[in-house]
Amino acid sequence: MSMNNSSEKIDRGRRSFIGVTAGTAAVAVAPGVVLHTMAGAAPRSEAVTSDVRWGMLIDTAKCADGCDACVKACDDENGLNLQIKPEGEGDAKWDQQVAKWIRKVKLQDNATGHLTNLPLMCQHCEHPPCVDVCPTGASFKRADGIVMVDRHTCIGCRYCMMACPYKARSFIHEVVAEKLTRAPRGKGCVESCNLCVHRRDNGESSTACVDACAAEGHNAILFGDLKDPESPLSKALGALPSRQIRQDLALNTGVRYSGV
Amino acid sequence: MAKAVVRGSLISIGLVGALLASIVQAAGDSYVVPGSKAAQLENCVEPTDFMRRNHMEVIQHQRDETVHNGIRSTQHSLAGCIECHVSYEAESTPVPVDSEGQFCETCHNFAAVGVNCFGCHATVPALTDREAAAEVASRADLGWHPPITMSTPAVQGLQPETGGEGR
Repeated sequence: MSMNNSSEKIDRGRRSFIGVTAGTAAVAVAPGVVLHTMAGAAPRSEAVTSDVRWGMLIDTAKCADGCDACVKACDDENGLNLQIKPEGEGDAKWDQQVAKWIRKVKLQDNATGHLTNLPLMCQHCEHPPCVDVCPTGASFKRADGIVMVDRHTCIGCRYCMMACPYKARSFIHEVVAEKLTRAPRGKGCVESCNLCVHRRDNGESSTACVDACAAEGHNAILFGDLKDPESPLSKALGALPSRQIRQDLALNTGVRYSGV
Repeated sequence: MAKAVVRGSLISIGLVGALLASIVQAAGDSYVVPGSKAAQLENCVEPTDFMRRNHMEVIQHQRDETVHNGIRSTQHSLAGCIECHVSYEAESTPVPVDSEGQFCETCHNFAAVGVNCFGCHATVPALTDREAAAEVASRADLGWHPPITMSTPAVQGLQPETGGEGR
């Protein structure tokens, strides 16, 4: 796919100007309001802030061929395995339509035959294209960097699915009979990985996929705060060479990969 | 002709007002289901009169706080409504709150108002809440929700809701 760089380039200067203006306005509106981060567990009682940015580092060298523990754990955690195939629908079509938050992707270097495995999910971009295109504001980025869908405002137009370079979003095509309290889901909305947002809000320290990968003994996924220089994630990012997938799009993804 | 129309509409407004008043009166007996945690409590997270009129706005405000700001500590969550108002069959199997005869369904049916929450949201408590609520439900004599009046201790000192007519 070729791309005209000059016309596609995002005007960062304009964006940061708007950001600074908005920030100044906020300070002027609420003087004396001191923001502080919440420490410890228990359900969150204060609004999330941009003092943290959640992210992940996936070491593809540790990601095992044929293992789908992270996908299974994600399905359990977020109720994705409660989707039921409608009667009479073919397996192939259902496989295309059923919502998935993580896909295992296998890359082969044709010159050498080298295989790389990696889990691909929402990359939680700093400049998410899905948010840019959403006509209702349902697709949004939370202050702590999690890109998610507010189903209350989602009209199911699926522009965000078109815009996402990672094919990370799914549409719920069918009525969902059984739902989980922590992961509401209904026909007609788009959804994707939200970094186990219910765990974030309850003060837990990991995601379902991270736990499952560790339980398998692979430890290929590391989750943490990108803004904290002392976090294990930041230290690992400093130590290991890593890349963003489609780095050329300058989306500044929150999910990084090493070994690709 | 125009006069007749105006008179007709005034009469219908009056009728709607009377109907609302009768709803409030009828609901005075409450649709709270025996065997739910709510049946053992004096009143809801806010005074009952307030909740009858405004629960939808309370939930809607909370949903934005939760989705966008991640706040999950308050009492105004839909999950909280369900956890408290769900009743249990044998072996602490919860009955969905939107099934016939249950709290949400009965009152919404009476008031002829659709309820869309459960297209996406679970109708039974999460397992951990479920265990906790079943424990509460099993321990006491299960009566109907006591009628809440202005002399009920929890509501004393609060002004009766006014100005909310015709909502």
